[in-house]
Amino acid sequence: MGNLVEIDNLTFYRGERVIYDNISLTIEKGKTTAIMGPSGIGKTTLLRLIGGQLRPDSGDIRFKGESIPAMNRRTLFKARRQMSMLFQSGALFTDMTVFDNVAFPLREHTKLSEDLIRTMVLMKLQAVGLRGAADLMPSELSGGMARRAALARAISLDPDLIMYDEPFAGQDPISMGVLVKLIKGLNDALNLTSVVVTHDVTEVMTIADYIYILAEQRIIGEGTPEQIRQSESPLVQQFLQGQADGPVPFHFPAQSLENALLGGA
Amino acid sequence: MTSKKVELMVGVFVAIAIAALLLLALKVANQGMSTQGETYELKAKFDNIGGLKVRSAVRVGGVTIGRVESIELDPKDFVPIVTLAISSEYNEFPDTSSVSILTSGLLGEQYVGFYPGFVMYDSEPAYLKNGDYIEDTKSALVLEDLIGQFLFSKGKD
Amino acid sequence: MESLINLGSRTLGKASALGRAFLMLMGAIVARPQPLKNTPLVINQIYVVGVQSLLIILVSGLFIGMVMGLQGYTILVSYGAEGSLGPMVALSLLRELGPVVTALLFAGRAGSALTAEIGLMKATEQLSSLEMMAVDPLRRIVAPRFWAGMISMPLLAIIFSAVGILGGHLVGVDWLGVDSGTYWSVMQATVDFDKDIMNGVIKSILFAMVCTWIAIFKGYDAIPTSEGISKATTQTVVYSSLAVLGLDFVLTALMFGIE
Repeated sequence: MGNLVEIDNLTFYRGERVIYDNISLTIEKGKTTAIMGPSGIGKTTLLRLIGGQLRPDSGDIRFKGESIPAMNRRTLFKARRQMSMLFQSGALFTDMTVFDNVAFPLREHTKLSEDLIRTMVLMKLQAVGLRGAADLMPSELSGGMARRAALARAISLDPDLIMYDEPFAGQDPISMGVLVKLIKGLNDALNLTSVVVTHDVTEVMTIADYIYILAEQRIIGEGTPEQIRQSESPLVQQFLQGQADGPVPFHFPAQSLENALLGGA
Repeated sequence: MTSKKVELMVGVFVAIAIAALLLLALKVANQGMSTQGETYELKAKFDNIGGLKVRSAVRVGGVTIGRVESIELDPKDFVPIVTLAISSEYNEFPDTSSVSILTSGLLGEQYVGFYPGFVMYDSEPAYLKNGDYIEDTKSALVLEDLIGQFLFSKGKD
Repeated sequence: MESLINLGSRTLGKASALGRAFLMLMGAIVARPQPLKNTPLVINQIYVVGVQSLLIILVSGLFIGMVMGLQGYTILVSYGAEGSLGPMVALSLLRELGPVVTALLFAGRAGSALTAEIGLMKATEQLSSLEMMAVDPLRRIVAPRFWAGMISMPLLAIIFSAVGILGGHLVGVDWLGVDSGTYWSVMQATVDFDKDIMNGVIKSILFAMVCTWIAIFKGYDAIPTSEGISKATTQTVVYSSLAVLGLDFVLTALMFGIE
C-alpha cells in the first residue's frame, strides 16, 4: 500500500526540553496506526508536527512524499485539505450550530450549492448518528456527542488522513464504545488512513493495525497489537499493565526525599 | 450565517450614525449654509482686519448672507484683501454698499457687517458683480488703538 | 545585577510581543482580502462590537451631555455668558469626550469581549482546528473583528457626540432656559466641520485601531488557560485605556495645539 506519512530522524525541542530525540516512524496508507505513551510526553505535539503547525528542529516529515517542514504557507494549506484532525476537546465552533460546524469546511473550501452542502452534511451527521442534533448548539451537546460532531466535521471534506487526538479521554464506556466503532467503521468505509494518539490501551488494541509506543523522547516499542503484547521490553509491559512504578518512575525527577526533608537546600 | 436580524440591526446602526453625522454637519457646524450652493465673490480692502478669520460670517442686519472666503495681503500696497463669498440669492447690492468689521458682543467673534447702499432713482442702478471691490470699508476696532486715541484726546484737553 | 537582568528580560519580552503584534496585524489585514467571503463576517462582527455597544454609548452620551449642560451653565452664567453653552458642550464633545469616552467604553465593553472570545477560541483549540482545516485564523477570525472595530468605533463616537449635544440641549435649554436659537446658532458659528468634527472622527479612527488591535492581539497571544485569559482581558482594558489617553494628548497637540 505504501506509506502516507514518513517521519525521519525527528528531533524537537520545546524551549530547553527535548520532546523527541531522533525518532523515525511510518504510517501506512489505509491502516489505523496508534501512537501510545504516558501523558505529557508530547503525543499531541507529534500530530501538530505532522499537520505543520510546529516545525521540527531537525529531521523530516513527509506527507505523500512531500516534505511538510519545507512547504510554504500555500502548499501547506493545500496539503492540510487532505488531512484533518479531531481535537481532544472537539474544538467545535461555539457560535455555530452543529450543522454549520460540519458545513464549515465545505463552505470554506468548495463552491457547492447550499442544497448539496445540506445533503452532504446530513449524510456525515447520519454517519456519526447525530442527524437529529443538527440544529443544536455545541454547548447543548454532551462530551461524547461533541466529539462525534467534531468527527463529522473532520470527515466532511473526505480527507486521506485523519488524526485523532486522545479520542477516548474522559468518555464514559458507552461513548467510548461508540467512538471505537466509528473510528473503525470510518476507516474501513472511507478508506481513510487513521492515526490515533491515546493512552487507552484496551480500546486501541482492538482497532489499531500497528502501534508505536513512545516514552522518554523515543520509540520504545512498535509492532502489531499481537507483537506488542508479547514484547519483552519492561517499559512496554509496564505501560500495558498499568503498573505504577517500573522503568517509568512514579516520581518526577527530583533530589532524594531524605535530602529534601532533612538536608536543607 | 449572517441572519436577517443581524443585517437589519447593523443597517439600523449605520443609519443612526449617518443621522448623527448629518445632525452634526447641518445643525452643529452649519455646513452647507451659504457656503454651499451658488455664490459670487466680492473683494474689499481693509486697513486692519483685526481678528477676522476665514469662514467668518458676512451679515446684513444680522442675517448671514455669506462667509469670508479668503484673506490675503496685497503685495503692492500691503493692505489686507478680504474675499467674501456671497450667496447668489442676494445679487442686487448697489455699488455704493459698504462693509465694516464688527464684533458680536463684547468678547464675541468678529464678522463682516455689510451695509447695502442706496439706489439712486434718477440714474441706471449699478449692482456689485462677481469680483468687484467694495470701496467703502471700515476697519476693525483694535483695542490698543482705541485706548491710544482716548489718551491722546484726553491729553489735548 | 539581578534587577538589571530582570529589566533586560522584560524589555526583550515586550519587544518580542510588539513584534508578534505587528506580524499578527500584517497577517490579518495584508493577507489577500476576499470581499465576498469576508463581508458577511464583518457585518456579523459589527453587530457584536458595534450594535451591542450602542445602548451603553447612547446612555453615556446622553448623561455626559446633560452633565456638561448643567456644569457649563452654572459656570458660564456667572459671567453672563450662558449663550456660549452650545459651543462649550459641542466642542468638548466633538474634540475630546466623544472620541475618548467612546474609546474607553469600547475597550471595556467590546475590547474585553473580543479578547476573551479569541482567547477562549485558542484555549478550546478552535484556532488550531481552523488551521488544520486549512483556514487561516488571521483571515477568518482576526481580520473581520479588526475591520468591524475600525468601522464601528467612529460611528459610535459620532453618535455619542450627537446624543451628548442633544443632552446638553435638554438640560441647558429645556430645563435651565437658555434660548434654543442661541444654543444652536452660537454653536454653528463656532464649530467648524473640518477642524472640529473631522478631527474628532480622525481621532476616533486612530483610537479604534489601537483599541481593536490591542484587544485582538491580547486574545490571540493569551496563554490558553482560564488564568491567562482573565489576565489578558484585564490587560486589554488597562492597555487600551492608557493608550487612548496618551494618544489623545499627542493628537490634540498635533490638531489643536498650534494655530
